[in-house]
Amino acid sequence: MAYYISNIARSKGDPKVLHSGPSSLGAADRLAKALGWYSIGLGIAELVAPERFTRALGMEGKEGLVRAYGVRELGHGIVSLSPDKHLGLWSRVAGDGLDIATLMTAMRHDNPKRNNVGIALAAVLGVTLLDIIGAQGVTARHSRPRGRPRSYRNRTGFPQGVQASRGAAKDFQVPPDMRAAPTLAAVSDRAPQERARSH
Amino acid sequence: MRALVWHGKEDIRCDTVTDPEIEQPRDAIVKVTSCAICGSDLHLFHNFIPAMLPGDVMGHEMMGEVVEVGSEARGKLKKGDRVVVPFTIICGECDQCKRGNFSVCQTTNRKKDLADKVFGHATAGLFGYTHLTGGYPGGQAEYLRVPFADATHIKVPDGIPDEKVLFLGDIFPTGWQAAVQCDIQPTDTVAIWGCGPVGQMAIRSAVLLSAKQVIAIDHLPERLEMAEAGGAITINFDEESVVERLNELTGGEGPEKCIDAVGMEAHVSPSMPDTVYDRAKQMLGAESDRPHILREMIYVCRPAGVISIPGVYGGLVDKIPMGQLMNKGLTIRTGQTHVNRWTDDLLRRIEEGQIDPSFVITHTVSLEDGPEMYKVFRDKQDSCIKVVLKP
Ligand SMILES: [Zn+2]
Ligand SMILES: [Zn+2]
Repeated sequence: MAYYISNIARSKGDPKVLHSGPSSLGAADRLAKALGWYSIGLGIAELVAPERFTRALGMEGKEGLVRAYGVRELGHGIVSLSPDKHLGLWSRVAGDGLDIATLMTAMRHDNPKRNNVGIALAAVLGVTLLDIIGAQGVTARHSRPRGRPRSYRNRTGFPQGVQASRGAAKDFQVPPDMRAAPTLAAVSDRAPQERARSH
Repeated sequence: MRALVWHGKEDIRCDTVTDPEIEQPRDAIVKVTSCAICGSDLHLFHNFIPAMLPGDVMGHEMMGEVVEVGSEARGKLKKGDRVVVPFTIICGECDQCKRGNFSVCQTTNRKKDLADKVFGHATAGLFGYTHLTGGYPGGQAEYLRVPFADATHIKVPDGIPDEKVLFLGDIFPTGWQAAVQCDIQPTDTVAIWGCGPVGQMAIRSAVLLSAKQVIAIDHLPERLEMAEAGGAITINFDEESVVERLNELTGGEGPEKCIDAVGMEAHVSPSMPDTVYDRAKQMLGAESDRPHILREMIYVCRPAGVISIPGVYGGLVDKIPMGQLMNKGLTIRTGQTHVNRWTDDLLRRIEEGQIDPSFVITHTVSLEDGPEMYKVFRDKQDSCIKVVLKP
């Protein structure tokens, strides 16, 4: 486990994990993470070995397109694994649409790999369903619900009220190392050189 | 004991862990009675600050009761003392501590070699804040080991509720120092970006320190309402231009003093194209921070003015307008907070009723609900501004 390795960085009196409890990651977040890594994996495969995809699908000559889709997949993955994962998953849904449209062009009667294309289509449709569930899930989990926020109108922080508190800490002496004046202090009649000396 | 433990990006869990033990004669163990989630914990939550390891205990805002004291801390602390723990660990003896520059204490960072390499020179040890600052376990837990405990504590009297003094450990002195290092004059306009907990404390501090007007900038209605309650004029950046409005409120001259209480994760919106650019670079690992606020402050600040940065930055930023900064002769002041430099004075102000920092608390929950509250706080759901946890 990762803890055993990271425990090397800890001293003997530091707390060490015995067992784990509830996490801040919800089910939708875990799904987003899985789909994000899936995008990265698929993207790398499309970039590195596009001919495997084109050959299996009877789409020889479209390697450039597959590579471009690989770059796109990497983009989906990076965003899906970031805190803005809802954007990543919705972008995946859009990408699924593009994948489906592209596969449909290969569903021609004269394509000897028609069966493979059918399998690929079914797979993409399945993943699309997961993407939609995940995208809706993380959007619901992380968005700010509409409606009136709570009112903090009375949270002044000043037991004596705001007006009485303006300048209440004027007894405070700004330490010399934190002074910025007189650069923007109120302008007086004295020459700046004189003020600099008296400071 | 139970503790909130970092396991990876956005993965914080309420785990059962071994109890902390005294290691050094200057250590003490504190039974935590209250702790809080800080905005800077969210940078760790997002894994935007390097050097977190799975199994790290989170939290740097905590207070409680001393239950065990090492032999060399005994003169200053005893069992049963009620203490707030500052997030900066200090020795109290090195040259920097003697100057009051506690957050750059030369002694307390136990990963000094690593920090020297990354920062050039190591800074103080911090609780629950990555291995660059010592990798010390944090206080979102039932018990906390406090290293250098004879210096690293703020004693608080009984009879004053936790909620009123808890924030002496971080956000109150952080907002205060942000305002103090502006050297506010009675003629000054102080503009504060970000109405999170530190922004709220900076607003109150600027009001107490006699600013002519305090202007607060955010876009969440509940946070702007709380800022207004504290005496600020508010600007909602979703609805109006920050630069235009600031100039309007200062007779076209710009605010003399600007405070960045946002830091590395500025809000991203297509209406501010630089934030989209930063977000994209951040995802690709080509930039670690989103410095939109810095750019805006440098642009709008009055020449010869002061820019004060309590907001946390983690690494590298891009497109900082050095030309504007240099030609306008601006002063930049920043740093982690020298907590203990201010706390005696601030505790007195709380006791005298000048300020009650508990106004900022919007949620109080148990430690078990902590992981979920990280999410609620991050997503700003349920009008959440400040979460206090009760272990
Ligand atoms: Zn903090
Ligand atoms: Zn020191």
